[in-house]
Amino acid sequence: MTTVKLSSRRLSTDLLREIEELSGQNLYACYQCGKCSAGCPLGFAADLLPHQVMRLLQFGMVKEVFASQAPWLCVACMTCTTRCPKGVDVAKVMEAIRTIQLREGRGNIQIFLPPAELVAEIPQLATVSAFRKMSL
Amino acid sequence: MQVAYYPGCTLASKAKAFDQTARWVAQKLDVELIELPQWQCCGGLVPQVTDTVMGLLAPIRILADAQAISDRLMTLCSFCYNTLKRANFAFQRDSERRQKVTDFLEQQYDGNLKVVHMLELIRDEIGFDTVRSKVTKPLTGVRVAPYYGCLLLRPPKEIGLDDPEDPTVMEQLLEALGCEVVDFPRKVECCGSFMIAHRPELAAQCSTTILRSASSFGAQLLVTSCPLCQFNLDWQQMRMLESNGEISPVPVIYFTQLMALAMGAEPHLLGFEQHLVDPRPTVMELGL
Repeated sequence: MTTVKLSSRRLSTDLLREIEELSGQNLYACYQCGKCSAGCPLGFAADLLPHQVMRLLQFGMVKEVFASQAPWLCVACMTCTTRCPKGVDVAKVMEAIRTIQLREGRGNIQIFLPPAELVAEIPQLATVSAFRKMSL
Repeated sequence: MQVAYYPGCTLASKAKAFDQTARWVAQKLDVELIELPQWQCCGGLVPQVTDTVMGLLAPIRILADAQAISDRLMTLCSFCYNTLKRANFAFQRDSERRQKVTDFLEQQYDGNLKVVHMLELIRDEIGFDTVRSKVTKPLTGVRVAPYYGCLLLRPPKEIGLDDPEDPTVMEQLLEALGCEVVDFPRKVECCGSFMIAHRPELAAQCSTTILRSASSFGAQLLVTSCPLCQFNLDWQQMRMLESNGEISPVPVIYFTQLMALAMGAEPHLLGFEQHLVDPRPTVMELGL
């Protein structure tokens, strides 16, 4: 088990405020019911589930969230957004996390190239959307 | 009835079958589709953060062009529908971004255009009774599962097409065509979306869950409104059929193809040859 050290200084970082502003969401509205994670179609592949991302942000642990692949696996299907009983638009929080990293030129973006025969087949909207998410 | 029409890039290329059957069906239903004289890609996704303007330019330009023709714009692709409708929503409510977009585009748009999906148009304006009256080959006894995916329904506050968890618009349409509707629990689940472009194995896993579910509920056909759902489910199904036979084929077709089939369109108009899992054997077997 990892030990997490909490301090009030972490709760008022500029980054945290930026995430709230960009997403337009109140991160502290989340009460950890886990409904977002239960419905997340890509949760099986992510190192953090949506409710865990929310919890880390509530503790000001932006660094840990930025190190996670979870926001990059989010395809904005908005199941979490639809089901959150507190009305938190989790998909927007994920996009805010991606946007800040993209704007700062950091983050852990990896462009995976699918096999050539698949590239020829996939609908263009998939390529357009994937690159939209991975760039500014 | 006249309505402006935005096909979007995928319907002009990889999903031609969707476009051509929709045009055929619209004509049958006395709807005149006026394609925008010039159009470009909508951007695929709408920016979700509060300060981004760039991603709104393409969709708002499309809406401004459409407003010159009509008071509403019809789309078919779930991605285009979602992008145009959400961009419109942001434009209507965020005065700062609205000003920036307007200044940049140098095009007048007042935010009042209505973005409608063809399913919405059929339900709210044409009516299922009219659809029923145009059916010449009722699909009696054909077990069809509607698959909605994400972007046709979510986020409900901005899209509002139907109940986000238990939608019924496609069910009603299928009933009008005479089909036996197969309700299955994964009908609003994500197919893996554009993950197919950079992590195809993950999209495959999402699609597998949906296909297994539809198949286990006895669906003979899956019906969708999204070219990406269609592709992901089609592609993964082809691989599943080639590798293990754990499911029987459930061809994935567009709702307009099924409508055209039931309304007696010539087989060459249906575009079934464009699919990876060919719907024709199933359709033949069902005696259609």
